[in-house]
Amino acid sequence: MNLDDLTRTSGEWLRGTGPESDIVMCSRIRLARNLNDFPFINRASRLERTEIESVVKSSLPHLDDDLRFLDVNNLSKLDCLFLKERQLISGELANADGPRGVAFSPHENVSIMVNEEDHLRIQVMLSGLSLQEVWERINRLDDQLEERMAYAFSSTLGYLTACPTNVGTGIRVGVMLHLPALVQTKQIDKVFRALQKINLAVRGLYGEGTQAFGDFYQISNQQTLGKSEQELIRNISEVVPQIIEYERKARQQLVSEKRQHLHDQVSRAYGVLKTAHTISSEETMHLLSSVRMGINLGLIDDLAIPTVNELFIHTQPAHLQKIQGSPLVVDERNVARASYLRSRLSNGRAPAEE
Amino acid sequence: MKCQRCPKPATFHITDIERGKPKEFHFCDEHARQHLSPSSEAGDKADISSLAEKLSQGGLEKARETSAADKQVCPCCQMSFQEFRNTGRLGCPYDYEVFRDELMPLLENIHEETRHTGKFPRRAPRDPVRQTELIQLRNEQKRAIAAEDYEMAARIRDKIKAIEFDQGR
Repeated sequence: MNLDDLTRTSGEWLRGTGPESDIVMCSRIRLARNLNDFPFINRASRLERTEIESVVKSSLPHLDDDLRFLDVNNLSKLDCLFLKERQLISGELANADGPRGVAFSPHENVSIMVNEEDHLRIQVMLSGLSLQEVWERINRLDDQLEERMAYAFSSTLGYLTACPTNVGTGIRVGVMLHLPALVQTKQIDKVFRALQKINLAVRGLYGEGTQAFGDFYQISNQQTLGKSEQELIRNISEVVPQIIEYERKARQQLVSEKRQHLHDQVSRAYGVLKTAHTISSEETMHLLSSVRMGINLGLIDDLAIPTVNELFIHTQPAHLQKIQGSPLVVDERNVARASYLRSRLSNGRAPAEE
Repeated sequence: MKCQRCPKPATFHITDIERGKPKEFHFCDEHARQHLSPSSEAGDKADISSLAEKLSQGGLEKARETSAADKQVCPCCQMSFQEFRNTGRLGCPYDYEVFRDELMPLLENIHEETRHTGKFPRRAPRDPVRQTELIQLRNEQKRAIAAEDYEMAARIRDKIKAIEFDQGR
């Protein structure tokens, strides 16, 4: 597989379709699974990790999903970061060493990380609010994998995981939300506190411990034991529409009370992105967030949501360097980023093909 | 609308989900803040090792018990409970059996439940003894190789192969 080819495409989960996709970027579920006959990763030798890898690899041709395996151990740091920016692997897998890998589908909806914190981290992502569909897909994939390998499972504790915070279902149900109006009207903390109270976690775009940027937030469950997968999915599915409702109200409030100010802010953001000659990643995220909201409120009409979604990913450091085909230091990246944004935004170019 | 707890006007309308059912609250600024601030015992549930640490630091008597528990070692992966406390990661599936007494309060603290009610794999789990056989044999093999006892290592390798063959791998 040639990773350079991926710079011309983006994951299907960025296409901006599906229910509530003006606010819900994507729905994602991951399952943590371990093989019964091997120690967990921190106790597994290189040889054992290689064996785990080969057990997973040999199961791939028997799955309904067309997954291709990538040996992460042999990738450059840049390629690891590139996969992380695309949400195909975690920071932990990118920065680890030793035998490890990822298998993913051509549309990037499905990925299986091998030898991360657990032997397998299975992930399915779809655009918009579609947790039920995501669950059906990942559940089927899990069943098919299980036909080929014996999972570590206890009838009382469920799926056994390296960290007790994941034991039981091993499930993390997450929805990624774009909440710029709640941030601007300073109501976001209130929402977070309410979520915390019902034991849900709020994280940034790149999961645990990462800062929220571009006003993207992931809402996910913390509890994994003692509730069924369906119950945990239902909890999230019931809460998310309320947050969407708050965000819509906040947007309406901005429109009715500060229409001119809002229009000005959105237009300036778009203007800077279209004309800047050097721009940091942080400023880009911030401005893209305004533009994304502007499109959804009908204040910008010559730019498509999938293009903006894609720019959030393609303007990040590893993507820029892959697109340019050469390593770049920070200042060079800022220039390359501005140039890339100008070219993508000037001629109303359509989003890259899926 | 008035605040549920005082005569001030309600400016916050909060819906909590309790046991899957939405419950509505109407509060003034102050009471909303009270309602939303996380209860003192919630804490940071993600930091598992500090939680494990806290749980095992009871009274004096408890501390003595704990040091015994700390030294407990899994026969399968050689992980000690103390090592788990330091890293927050277990060494093998069998650790859940070996450290059961120490892990149960921890699980209850994290998940508020201790029994799995979700999905079951289609294939029945193997009996617990056989579950760990391969992990243990591989460890013995490693030790035999380290001790340069290649005859023993070869015998263990054949045993592993036989079990894997049985399992259809």
